Amino acid sequence: MAKRIEVRIAGLGGQGVVLAGQILGRAAVYDGKSVVQTQSYGAEARGSAAKSEVIISDNKIAFPMVRKCDILVAMSQQALDKYISDLKGNGILLVDTLIKKIPETEAKLFKVPATKTAEKTLGNKLYANVVMLGALIKETRITSLEAMEKAIRESVPEKVREANLNAFKEGLKLG
Amino acid sequence: MSSKFSIQRYLRGLVFPFCPGCGNFIVVNSFLKAVHELGHQDLSGFVFCSGIGCAAWIPSPYFLADSIHTPHGRSIPVATGVKLFRPELEVVVFGGDGDLAGIGLNHLIHAARRNVDIKVIMVNNMVYGMTGGQVAPTTPFGTVTTTTPYKSFERPLDVTRLIAAAGANYAARWTTVHPEQFKEAVKKALKIRGFSFIEMVSQCPTAFGRRAGFKNVAEMLQWFKQNSILKEKAEKMNWKELEGKIVIGEFVCRQEPTLGDNVRQNIWRKTHG
Amino acid sequence: MASLLGSGVYFWQGNEACAYGAIAAGCRFFAAYPITPSSEIAERLARLLPLVDGIFIQMEDELASINAVIGASWAGAKAMTATSGPGFSLMQESIGYAFMTETPCVIVNVQRVGPSTGQATKAAQGDVMQARWGTHGDYVPIVLSPNSVQEMFQLTVRAFNLAEKYRTPVILLVDEIVGHMREKIEVPPIKEICIVNRKKPKKGDRSFFAWAEVAPMPTLGEGFNVSVTGSTHDEYGVRFTADPEVHRRLISNLVDKIEKHRNDIVELEAWNTDDCSTAIICFGCTSRAVYEAVEEARRKGVNVGYVRLKTLWPFPAETIRRLAQRVEKIVVPEMNLRQLFYEVERAAYGMAEVTAVNKIGGGQIITPEEILEEILS
Repeated sequence: MAKRIEVRIAGLGGQGVVLAGQILGRAAVYDGKSVVQTQSYGAEARGSAAKSEVIISDNKIAFPMVRKCDILVAMSQQALDKYISDLKGNGILLVDTLIKKIPETEAKLFKVPATKTAEKTLGNKLYANVVMLGALIKETRITSLEAMEKAIRESVPEKVREANLNAFKEGLKLG
Repeated sequence: MSSKFSIQRYLRGLVFPFCPGCGNFIVVNSFLKAVHELGHQDLSGFVFCSGIGCAAWIPSPYFLADSIHTPHGRSIPVATGVKLFRPELEVVVFGGDGDLAGIGLNHLIHAARRNVDIKVIMVNNMVYGMTGGQVAPTTPFGTVTTTTPYKSFERPLDVTRLIAAAGANYAARWTTVHPEQFKEAVKKALKIRGFSFIEMVSQCPTAFGRRAGFKNVAEMLQWFKQNSILKEKAEKMNWKELEGKIVIGEFVCRQEPTLGDNVRQNIWRKTHG
Repeated sequence: MASLLGSGVYFWQGNEACAYGAIAAGCRFFAAYPITPSSEIAERLARLLPLVDGIFIQMEDELASINAVIGASWAGAKAMTATSGPGFSLMQESIGYAFMTETPCVIVNVQRVGPSTGQATKAAQGDVMQARWGTHGDYVPIVLSPNSVQEMFQLTVRAFNLAEKYRTPVILLVDEIVGHMREKIEVPPIKEICIVNRKKPKKGDRSFFAWAEVAPMPTLGEGFNVSVTGSTHDEYGVRFTADPEVHRRLISNLVDKIEKHRNDIVELEAWNTDDCSTAIICFGCTSRAVYEAVEEARRKGVNVGYVRLKTLWPFPAETIRRLAQRVEKIVVPEMNLRQLFYEVERAAYGMAEVTAVNKIGGGQIITPEEILEEILS
């Protein structure tokens, strides 16, 4: 793994992109890394553009914001269109299969049926964020599986803990 | 009531700065008498909070007690902070109508809603006295003040009725021609747990009476006497008949749980399992 | 307490770290009104305070919040409130009151884009001067500025310690980025956290105000018959509404009480400032870009150093003056349209060129590239 990895997870408010970033960041902390996670959202609670950014590094992290990212996880068409230009040429792109128009890119592309899997297997598309995390970890190994599972357990309420862990496992099968 | 009432026992010995004929003297005297009759030999255990204005100067610094003289309108939140952290203290707020029902009205309503266990005495002189006699939210319609030179054109607020409706455990109104009743109300308020509010309609001969057309203090007191109507009687009258009247008496008296009870019993019981 | 705040490594949001820092510092009273981007502090303390027999209350507005905090402080509590720009504006009168009455308390302002409602969820550093001069009259506030989640914890503890030590309100001036970012944080064992408590009077003491040094502070209900007032008062709390001498003595002592202890209060992080040709003066989230800009500049052969103000006020004018004697250029990046800049320029007294990098709106942080450009220009 490179010394510093910058991940951007973007979508719409209500898709859980901020939580996904928090889980990823927490997992990296459990792996002993330096981590900064930031988020951006509108004043509205639902439907506006939302993004979560995670920087994972072996060293102390100074500037906390992602500029050119190594990994882009796009959960909506709007997010993909907005952020694809900031993805590094040798970067990794994960897109939900709900997104139809994928621009030309040199990045390594993974189409992940996260929302579909969440709906079909877990009965609720709200788990798409954690399904996506499963696919992300499978393809990139930017955190250990153990750290990720621990982070999920500690980031979600008890009554949806099992469902989220299952979502993560389903995601690991995708990608 | 083991000893004879001596007002000096409760005071620092500084000279009150109020004008001759000011209703505040009656408030001080009746309040401290009530304290005495409840058996308090001094004011230890009391904390007085007051904002800005003549009535706010009643306890601060003249009472020989802990007192906080707060920013204008903020005596109630300060008192709320004190009471929540030290529930064993008897927290009493003094303030005028401008301080409590003008700039600080929001806090007054919310304190009643919370039923925080503090006692509020509002001296209602129907005017901003300290600043020279400007119209207040309590000034009767059609009164000449320094900022309503052509007579006031706003309706006054019935503060006691509002506070009774907002959730206070105790609310009463008397005037300075009813010092005995006021004293008894203070005793009751101090004994009842929960938010207690007493409005004392009071004369300000200097900043109100003069411009409003009263020749002297006696005329103002006469006005109170002639226009006061007991709440029980007022309930049988219509609003037209009540215009310009001062409804006196007890507006509410109940024993609902206080904010402190709810914080400590409900929340702490839960968190401590 | 130990189980509530076990030492170790956590992944916390800045606002969360502030709440835990408050608990560690001994905060047992918190009153606030919801406002973005500070509400997480209230939400966390609503959970934590009942666990340590502390009081949390959501008040009807920010005026009520700061005044409840002041009341609780006199009742013996270490007390705090948290807000953002609009609420901070509302609190100004009572911050002056807390200064005037020597009431220890902590006010957290997580800055957002202003003036007015501005942009509620977006970061800014536009309240630098309001934190210094927000209330009317002459006063000296203590204002601390964290730049990481770790410092949100540490400086919250420090804010309480300074408030208690100097019997004065202390402002923790945060920005949305530091308040909302999550980082790894190491919480030290509770026993290793330095805690300062206010000096208490002895039985029979009657003078509690306006000392040249910090006066002892009685707690309500302990029989001291303390008279607290925001009006001009003497050592005994007695009002003097017209006496110029009493006012002069009171305010001089309140100001000197802070000014005399600048060395204890002012905390800076300085790097390579002894022989650099260009220096950067920075604070809060912007400093995180400065670290990278400085590294990059040095790679390009430019000798750059920086001073980061962990204490914004009192302003370390003497440090800046000495720096200005040595360097050619001073760069002041800040997310406002020049606020700290003028203070630096004043301290530099024409001995060095002072330039600014400014950015406002949308929460756009100043980037290392933008600072580098100014260094190289």
